[in-house]
Amino acid sequence: MIISVASGKGGTGKTTVATNLAFSIGADVRIMDCDVEEPNAHLFLKPEIEEKSIVFTPVPEIDEEKCTFCKKCAEICRFRAIAVMDQIVLTFPELCHSCGGCVAVCPEDAISEIGRELGIMEKGRVNGIDFAHGKLRIGEAMSPPLIRKVRSSVESDKGQLGEKNVGKINIIDAPPGTSCPVIAAMKGTDFVLMVTEPTPFGLHDLKLAVEAVKLLGIPAGLVINRADIGDDTVKEYARKEKLPVLMEIPFDRKIAEVYSKGELIVEKMPEWKDKFRDLYRQINEIGSVKSASHKEK
Amino acid sequence: MKEIVVISGKGGTGKTSLTAAFASLAKKNILCDADVDAADLHLLMAPKINQRSDFTGGGIAVIDNEKCSECGLCREMCRFDAIKENFYVDEIECEGCGVCVDFCPEQAIDFPVKTCGKWFISDTRFGPMVHAALGIAEENSGKLVTLVRHEAKKLAEEKNADMIITDGPPGTGCPVIASIGGATALLIVSEPTVSGLHDMKRVAQLAEHFKIPSMVCVNKSDLNPEMSANIEKFANDNNMIFTGRIPFDPLFTKAMVQGKTIFEYDEKSDTCKIVEKMWTSIIASSSINNNN
Repeated sequence: MIISVASGKGGTGKTTVATNLAFSIGADVRIMDCDVEEPNAHLFLKPEIEEKSIVFTPVPEIDEEKCTFCKKCAEICRFRAIAVMDQIVLTFPELCHSCGGCVAVCPEDAISEIGRELGIMEKGRVNGIDFAHGKLRIGEAMSPPLIRKVRSSVESDKGQLGEKNVGKINIIDAPPGTSCPVIAAMKGTDFVLMVTEPTPFGLHDLKLAVEAVKLLGIPAGLVINRADIGDDTVKEYARKEKLPVLMEIPFDRKIAEVYSKGELIVEKMPEWKDKFRDLYRQINEIGSVKSASHKEK
Repeated sequence: MKEIVVISGKGGTGKTSLTAAFASLAKKNILCDADVDAADLHLLMAPKINQRSDFTGGGIAVIDNEKCSECGLCREMCRFDAIKENFYVDEIECEGCGVCVDFCPEQAIDFPVKTCGKWFISDTRFGPMVHAALGIAEENSGKLVTLVRHEAKKLAEEKNADMIITDGPPGTGCPVIASIGGATALLIVSEPTVSGLHDMKRVAQLAEHFKIPSMVCVNKSDLNPEMSANIEKFANDNNMIFTGRIPFDPLFTKAMVQGKTIFEYDEKSDTCKIVEKMWTSIIASSSINNNN
C-alpha cells in the first residue's frame, strides 16, 4: 500500500502527518520524502543515513569532430536546449528535459549523453522505519525526475508493488502545489491523504488538490489541521465532495512548540499515538474497500 | 522598475498575508501573484478582472488511430512512458518533447498546442494586479511565472508605479527560480521551527546562487524565541538584512476569513504596528535601493 500525503497549500502539516503516522504504525513502514525542494521529514525522524547517491539526468554532449552542423538536433528540441550557428553548437543543459530526441535524430552519431546533477538521494533507517528522501540541488529547476527517482528506488515496477514490497506500508510526503512535482509524487499511489487547514487559503488550495486527485482517480481522505481556527467552509466542502474527514488536529500551542523543535507529537504527547493508528486503520479500510470494488469492475 | 519578491522556502509561513498587508501600506504599486499553481492573493484582493488571457504551454502528442500502424516505435522512443495501451497518449505523462511526432513513420501523431492556464490583469482596492491560474496537473509553471512577472513589469512602467510587490511560491525549484530572476530584492518569510530554518537556509542559498539581495523576517516568532534568534543570527551572519519578528497572532486568520488585510481588520493592533515598521525598513533598505 502506498499512501501519499498532499495538500495544495504549503505549511498545512503534511510532514507532521506523514512522520507521526509512520512512527505510530511502526513496523514495516517506509517513508519517502518527495518534497525534494524542501525536504523536512528527516528533521523529525532523524534517520541514520546509510546510503547517499547523486542523481543525474541525461543531457546531450556534442562531438564537434563528427558534427556537420545540420541543425537537426536544434530543430527537434522543443525546449531550446540546443542552438546551432554556422560552425558552433551550443547546448543549454539546464533547459534539457532528457527526452533523447537529439541523440536519436543526429545522422552523424555525434551526440552522446552525459549527466546533469539533479540533486542527491539519501536512504536510511530509524526505529524500524525505512527512510528515503531527495534533495534538489540549489539552482536546479526540475524536481519531477528526482521525485520519480526517489520513488523508483524503493518501489518497483513504476509505482506498482513488487513481490518484496507486499505488506509494506509506503508513505510519501508530497510537495505543495498542484503542478507536475505533486503529480509525480501522487501518481500511482493507492490513497491520498490530504492535509488542510480550515481557512480560505486552505480551502481554495484544497479544492485544486482534490481536482488533481480526481484526475488521477485515487481514493482520498482529509486531515484538518488547526481545526479550530478559521471557519467551517472546509467541512462543508468535504461533506459536499463526500471526502471523509479522517482526523482533526486542534490548534494547540504545545503541538506547535513540539513541532518547532523538530520533535514528533506522538513521542512528546503519547495520547496522539492511538489517534494516528486509528487514522491508519481508516485509510486501510477505505483503501481495501475501494480496491475490492475496483477488482469487481 | 523595483520589484520585491516575497518567498519562504517552506510553505505556510505567511507570504501571502504579508504581501497583502504590504499592499495596503504601499502607494502606487503593482501587485503580482507568482504562485501560479496555488494562487491565494486574489482571495484577499478581490480583483476585478479587466483582461483575461489564455496561457499556452508546449504541444502535446495526440495519436490518430486511423493512421497509426501500431509499429510501436513511439512507445520505444518515449522516455516518459506516456504512450499507453492501444496507442493512447497519457496527457499527464506526456512531457511535450515531440520525439514521437517527428519519428512516427506514418505521420500519425499530431502535436497541438495546449492551453494550460489563464492569466489576468485586474484592478484591486490597492492598485492593479497581475495574476494567473495554472491548470490542474499542468507543467510549465515557470513559464507562466515569467509571463506574469513580465506583464507586471510592463504595467508598472505604463502606470509609472513605484514598485512591484510579488507574492512568490514555496520551494526552490522551477517556479521559484522563475519568480526571483531579475528581482531587486527578496523578502524571505521564515518561521521559528526546525523546518522553517532549514528551508529558509536553502532558499537563501538559492538567492545567493542567483546573486539577488535578500532580507529575512520571522513570522510566529514567539512560538520558539530561541529558534527565532537562530534565524536572526543566520541572516546577520550571511549579510541578509533582518527586518524583524512578527508574533503569532490569530489576527492573520481572522482577517483572511473576512477577505481583508490585517490593516483593514485592525490597524491599531500591535502586529500591524510591527508590520508597518517592517515595511518602512524594507523600502528604505540598501537591498531595495542600491541595486538600480
